[in-house]
Amino acid sequence: MEFQILGIGILTWIVFIPIVGMFVVLLLPDKNRNAIRWTAAIATGIQVTLAGVIFTVFDRAKLGINDAESFQFIEKYSWITVEAVPWVGRIEINYFLGIDGLSVLMIILTAIISFIGVISSWNIEKMVKGYFALYLLLVTGMMGVFVALDFFLFFIFWEVMLLPMYFLIGLWGGPRREYAAIKFFLYTFVGGILMLLTMLALYFSVAYTDPVTGQSVHTFNILHMMNPANYVEGGLLSGVDTTWRYVAWMALFINFAIKIPLFPFHTWLPDAHVEAPTPISVILAGILLKLGTYGLLRVNFPIFPDGTIYFMYFMAILGMISIIYGAFCAMAQDDFKKLIAYSSISHMGIVVLGIAALNTQGMVGGVLQMFNHGIITAVLFLAVGVLYDRTHKRGLYDFGGIANQMPRYTGLAMIGMFAALGLPGLNGFVSELFSFLGAFEAYKWITIISVTGIIITAGYILWTIQRVFLGNTPEKMGRLEDLTPREMLMFVPLIVLIVFLGVYPAPAIELMNSSLGYLVEFVTNGGN
Amino acid sequence: MFTQLPLIILLLPLLAFILLIFFGKRLPRQGDWLATGLMTLTLFLSLILLVVKLGTQPAETISSSFNWAIVGSQVIGFGIMIDNLAAVMLVVVTLVSTLVHYFSMGYMKDDTRYSRYFAYLGLFSFSMLGIVLTNNILLMYVFWELVGVSSYLLIGHWYEKKTASNAANKAFIVNRIGDFGMFVGIMILFLSYSTFAFEAIFESISAGQLPFGSEGWLTAAGILIFCGAIGKSAQFPLHVWLPDAMEGPTPVSALIHAATMVAAGVYLVARVFPMLTADALLVIAYIGAITALIAATIAITQFDIKKVLAYSTISQLGYMIMALGVGAYTAGFMHLVTHAAFKAGLFLGAGSVIYGMHAALHKLHNHHTDAQDIRNMGGLKSKMPLTYWTFLIFTLAISGIPLTSGFLSKDEILAGTLAFSTLNGHWLLPLTGFLVAGLTAFYMFRLLILTFHGKPANDQVYSGVSESPKVMTIPLIILAGLSLFFFYSFNPFGATSGWFYGAIERPESMVPLILQPAAYPVFYEAVSSVHTLAMILSIIIAGGGVVFALAVYHWKKVSADALAKRAGLLYTGSVNKWYFDEFYDAAFVNGTHGLMKMLRWFDENIIDGIVNGSALITKVLSRISGWIDNNVVDGLVNGTATTANKAGGLLSHVQTGKVQTYLVYVIFSFLVLFVLFL
Repeated sequence: MEFQILGIGILTWIVFIPIVGMFVVLLLPDKNRNAIRWTAAIATGIQVTLAGVIFTVFDRAKLGINDAESFQFIEKYSWITVEAVPWVGRIEINYFLGIDGLSVLMIILTAIISFIGVISSWNIEKMVKGYFALYLLLVTGMMGVFVALDFFLFFIFWEVMLLPMYFLIGLWGGPRREYAAIKFFLYTFVGGILMLLTMLALYFSVAYTDPVTGQSVHTFNILHMMNPANYVEGGLLSGVDTTWRYVAWMALFINFAIKIPLFPFHTWLPDAHVEAPTPISVILAGILLKLGTYGLLRVNFPIFPDGTIYFMYFMAILGMISIIYGAFCAMAQDDFKKLIAYSSISHMGIVVLGIAALNTQGMVGGVLQMFNHGIITAVLFLAVGVLYDRTHKRGLYDFGGIANQMPRYTGLAMIGMFAALGLPGLNGFVSELFSFLGAFEAYKWITIISVTGIIITAGYILWTIQRVFLGNTPEKMGRLEDLTPREMLMFVPLIVLIVFLGVYPAPAIELMNSSLGYLVEFVTNGGN
Repeated sequence: MFTQLPLIILLLPLLAFILLIFFGKRLPRQGDWLATGLMTLTLFLSLILLVVKLGTQPAETISSSFNWAIVGSQVIGFGIMIDNLAAVMLVVVTLVSTLVHYFSMGYMKDDTRYSRYFAYLGLFSFSMLGIVLTNNILLMYVFWELVGVSSYLLIGHWYEKKTASNAANKAFIVNRIGDFGMFVGIMILFLSYSTFAFEAIFESISAGQLPFGSEGWLTAAGILIFCGAIGKSAQFPLHVWLPDAMEGPTPVSALIHAATMVAAGVYLVARVFPMLTADALLVIAYIGAITALIAATIAITQFDIKKVLAYSTISQLGYMIMALGVGAYTAGFMHLVTHAAFKAGLFLGAGSVIYGMHAALHKLHNHHTDAQDIRNMGGLKSKMPLTYWTFLIFTLAISGIPLTSGFLSKDEILAGTLAFSTLNGHWLLPLTGFLVAGLTAFYMFRLLILTFHGKPANDQVYSGVSESPKVMTIPLIILAGLSLFFFYSFNPFGATSGWFYGAIERPESMVPLILQPAAYPVFYEAVSSVHTLAMILSIIIAGGGVVFALAVYHWKKVSADALAKRAGLLYTGSVNKWYFDEFYDAAFVNGTHGLMKMLRWFDENIIDGIVNGSALITKVLSRISGWIDNNVVDGLVNGTATTANKAGGLLSHVQTGKVQTYLVYVIFSFLVLFVLFL
């Protein structure tokens, strides 16, 4: 599909508009803080608008996944071509962007959360210029991962996110920011190496015959990697169900599992969250974690259907452990932010359980849960941030009686809390429902054990509400101001989405239904 | 008529909720008139619906639905279903809700969160009506949880009190345990039949399709769905939340925790009745019986007026559940309806008493006397005549004394259990039923006597008590009227000839023949043959309970203390509610706390320990590579390092080390792969 603005494809716009913003920010004088903030707001605001356009124009019936023809908003240009390298033939790296039902919701999510994050960053006063420059770079990286269809490009965007995130935590974070930043870096770095190695192995195993020249060409094109016919004879990853393919699957899986984060690769998350400034926590939980599950679905599942089927029980069990373990750990926290961090682990476990079911309901539930969790957890981190701004406290036992002090805030935050708890009528329930329904078809007992997570979740959420919002205000806290208009602006759109998609999720499900159905079919048929 | 009207009925309370939550404080009188007016309108519409339904299409089930979502190729429809069961239940819910709205205008008059309170009542009514109207087990689950959350919000209305917020949490979490079972049941049904609609599920079952091809799973699905009812209707072993829920405002206790929400479990069982196998029904019957007995034995020793009524509610709910379990479908549902009226009445009556006591204590600046403890009351009959006389009627009704509605329904239940035992030999069920009937009469008259008769416990307080305002007493009078027999059947000794039995018929079982309970004609015949016996027995036993209560508390022929001493352990057990809370605290609450602490420790020390250990190794490695850096590639790096230094500040030295390592790895892996392919 052609959809261009000024001769440039809409996906390039949506990916690189923050970079444009970044350059503007860098050119602006240090002191002109508001101009810097407004630049960031406009850049991300344009992204939201473009995401809206994509939402409207997107063809719900097209499948995508492995078929280049049915991807939408495709942009494909030759980027790096090296003719005739000895032993390997021609090297080809493409600037290849496109979206299908799997990525479209993630684009919308990224746009919305990034924009809300800018509003929430408005009161950052330390090194404003550097902050927003890095922030915008981060946004480009995330958006890029969701639209890249060339593995090399995917990898570049993946790594582009890493550095700004590291600095944003390391420079603007709390007291233990260095430790948290390094931990984040190390984890992601290890994952990055695993992905790099797998990518290269794939590159050398996959070659397609150029229809024009008849030359055999190695390629980073993800779609070509999905076609068993493209694997060269004797390639490391050629064949089906070979040990090397399982190893490669596992290497990629660990990389993505770190991002999700899945038990036992999760311990960077609580530290990163606790130390990160509020908007960065919002981005981290709202978007970054989804890159992990997105990567599984975009890369692991269709490129290695054999590995995926081989390891599906393993994934489901890790999902189950994350759900229960995350919920129990969340309950045991006394730090508000840590609690939400662990709840993220638990809720992302539901995504993994859902997609591991390898059926359409589970898949739709899982991807919807990615979106919903992004929205819900953003609300929760914003809620913690609002309290932290006013009291400089995050301990669950430091608060009390907020409901009387800040009724508007309490109402909105409670909706977010109840959405996290999976209350029907709010969006979290819908995606949990479909994830569990799908998973139940594939794994009866694993799912039943996982569903007990809803009881534990109710426990820690209600306990949190009780400690923070109910009861009486401790005297030393003093009077707290209710939400300002700026703060309302960041909560209200998210709350509207929570309620709307809880009551009527069809618009979101429609976007991905056919693509994900096809993905399931594709994987279960072993890539044929 | 049957598609739009139910929708309007459903949405009006939601409208009230939305208007009040956003504009409540700015409206005159904080919008109580708006909420109450909309609710009254809903009541009238529901009455019209019931009359038209029974008048024009008494045998039809009218269902309409729309597509809510399409996932894969499965269409998930949501919709509304009106049958006689739903139509009657609608009137019950809207009637009690309306009366509670009026009552609350008096009772909650000076509350700080007055408009919030009415808003939540609207939310509750909406959700409850949703449960009643839905044609779909998933949608029922949705509203099921929504009533749960409204109940949570209303129990915690006075959330400054720790006891109130604890009770709210307990209610929600205990209910979630039941809902977990219900959710698994729903998953089984959906997986087997690819639909959530009741009628479609029943059709598939009657066509011989079993979940996972097994009869056991069908029974399991039934019992799992019933788990939802165990939670919501406070059945053993999840009954512990309801007494604590009395922390909420008393009108809320009347509406939610006596008349409607807790009866939703009974309604659920009635809804899914056609898919329940004989085994599942037997489990249901025994759970009901155990609940009825446990709660009644606790109620006899409690002194908090609301706690007595709470345990009595649990006990009566046990009756209803037991009735459905033995197949006395109509009797069970009828008891739901009659109970809704007289139990709402009892709670509102108690509310009226508490209101009077509060006012009196307030005037005396007495804040240490418990306004809900019946030992502080006594003799209130002359001070609150309207409250007293209506309370007496409700007490007669719940005790099952002839000429009341409670007699009609309870009598049919007892006959049903007796008939069941003649058919299947489960004689424990009728035995429990009759025993509980006696206990009920005893503890209710104990309550009545201690509250309204005898000498006042404190003359000062007593002299300050006065009758509640009309807005509170008129609902009592209406409910008292509805507790008389002629609203349900013109024959005071037989419900079966009345309109109610005509309208509500036991649906046919859809399960395979060998799994079915006794067919209705067989059961009906058995009931008819034992009916007179059951009636005589129930009158004697209830009368005995009343006389005994009079003997102990009114005529004081028998000393209550001596009795208590005689009962020994039984008495201590009953006073302490058979130690359920203590047991659950020790086993589950502490267990969960222990587990969560253990996992936290594991997370922080073992998993993170491994991570930090490997980080240490990396640190050492990066030192080494840093050395190489400084000495070998220094020139190259200098440029990058300065930039990073500016941006990275104190972190820059770590940073450069990492980036370099990274590059080294990249190059190294390239080399490895090239070597591999050479």
